Amino acid sequence: MTAAPGTLRELRDALDGGRVSSVELVDSALSKAEASQSSLNAFIRLQPERARKEAAEADARRRRGELRSPLDGLPLAIKDNMVQTGEPATCASRILEGFVSPYTATAVTRLEQAGAIVVGRTNMDEFAMGSSTEHSVAGATRNPWRTERTPGGSSGGSAAAVAAGIVPGALGSDTGGSIRQPASFCGVVGLKPTYGRVSRWGLVAFASSLDQIGAFARSAADCAWLLEVIAGHDPMDSTSIPEPVPHYADALDGDVSGLVLGLPNEYFVAEGVDPAVLSAVREAVAELERAGAKVREVSLPHTSYAIATYYLIATAEASSNLARYDGVRYGYRAPPPHGLTDMYCRTRSQGFGVEVKRRIVLGTYVLSAGYYDAYYRKAQQVRTLLRRDFEQALRGCDVIVTPTCPEVAFPLGEKTDDPLTMYLSDVYTVSANLVGLPALSVPAGFSNGLPIGLQLVGGALEEGALLRVADALQRRTDHHVIRPELA
Amino acid sequence: MSRISREEVERVAALARLSLSDREADRFTADLDTILEYVETLRRVETDGIEPTSHPLPLATPTREDRAVAPMDPGLAVANAPEHEGSAFVVPKVIEGEEEG
Repeated sequence: MTAAPGTLRELRDALDGGRVSSVELVDSALSKAEASQSSLNAFIRLQPERARKEAAEADARRRRGELRSPLDGLPLAIKDNMVQTGEPATCASRILEGFVSPYTATAVTRLEQAGAIVVGRTNMDEFAMGSSTEHSVAGATRNPWRTERTPGGSSGGSAAAVAAGIVPGALGSDTGGSIRQPASFCGVVGLKPTYGRVSRWGLVAFASSLDQIGAFARSAADCAWLLEVIAGHDPMDSTSIPEPVPHYADALDGDVSGLVLGLPNEYFVAEGVDPAVLSAVREAVAELERAGAKVREVSLPHTSYAIATYYLIATAEASSNLARYDGVRYGYRAPPPHGLTDMYCRTRSQGFGVEVKRRIVLGTYVLSAGYYDAYYRKAQQVRTLLRRDFEQALRGCDVIVTPTCPEVAFPLGEKTDDPLTMYLSDVYTVSANLVGLPALSVPAGFSNGLPIGLQLVGGALEEGALLRVADALQRRTDHHVIRPELA
Repeated sequence: MSRISREEVERVAALARLSLSDREADRFTADLDTILEYVETLRRVETDGIEPTSHPLPLATPTREDRAVAPMDPGLAVANAPEHEGSAFVVPKVIEGEEEG
């Protein structure tokens, strides 16, 4: 099979065939990134010197025949909430102004060890709190398909950078859909692995029981490569799963015969779903049926409670995690302080943006005396019921299939003044985080020229099954080959 | 009836060491009211006797060999502090009401 243009595989083939060098690939990624900043604003920071030096080293390894992995010498981007030694990490927040990391996130270390080259750090909603990449101190990122639209969020910079062909792959993080929703809006593949499949060491914490690092790429096959590199147990993260990492890419042969796809009725009858999204998902399911998959209806009866459950748990965890930004150990400190408490208050009030403050206040409220049981504990109990829903549904099927989002990319500014409406755009994605299961968004069509994503959810550590279905779909469709004019 | 008062928003913000502007306090009061109204849908779910889930997947505590490893260099650990002295973080005077030293 010929690799699709702009994929990791195609670039790797070009390197192997001597048609291009790693230095040329990195130069090309950097110049595309620079040229696109005024129209897309996908990056918070580029690191040209480091990237060019690493590319020269990768070319030297290639000449010596000492390649480290299939990713060796390929340019990638990482979200600005993963730390790398010697580089800033702002999380798109003023409060991390001036921070330079003294260590590297495990997922990024694994990319480095594989020889991949980080060319830049991508834009995001501040501390990953948002669904549109508009809540950023660096300004909004724009959707390469139509620049007055959002790329989704919070990993909007990573999704836009891959969709625009700046880099063939990128890392993001997903707490309630922050990889899958932007992947859907930008027409790329986005994978949120099982909770604990990828170490969270060096990922700036938002909601620790929900956060997970994952990958963006144009193809499921490329995502398989990226996952294989970044996955695995890490002694620095005791929630990382101590199970061996399969060779995900080797198992992608396009065969889905006999595989049972479960369609949860609750996701297809919900109010406010764009009919074009539903018909694209149904058409993709029909295509997979023609490829031999079986389709069955399943039920996830607590679906309508997922958003409320998610926003209680995520904000509670965030209010606790973000207590560390106090102007003492790193980042911004408000001048000049009048005593310690004043310093804390003014540093945090000036350093955090409005959405982060709103979530800290909500999270503190639901954890406070008198409200804990009614809100936080109640949400944790509903979380148990959601888990049981998925356990039951996955007894009847191999992979659950839903739309990734109820709509295509919405206009910038449309939801920024209405937090609840913004939260509701995560209606199809938050459940996978609450129950810890792997989930992936794959392009399934277009509505008025804007991409539609199909979501796959599988059992714990069943990333291979998700990648197999997504790869089979991509072998039989060309949605992911069509590129925006900007690319 | 509103679910949360402006005074309560300001009290909770103070607990989180945030001082809100008038505009923020008004806006958050309205926003939280809307959000709390929405999350009240959870009251419809019967949860008597249901164990709360704090972690999505079964988790065993991994163990490792009890061997000392080098810690991060203290100089590096404090290098990001807005103010530090040697390997210590410098903060404003902790006991309030006294003049800055």
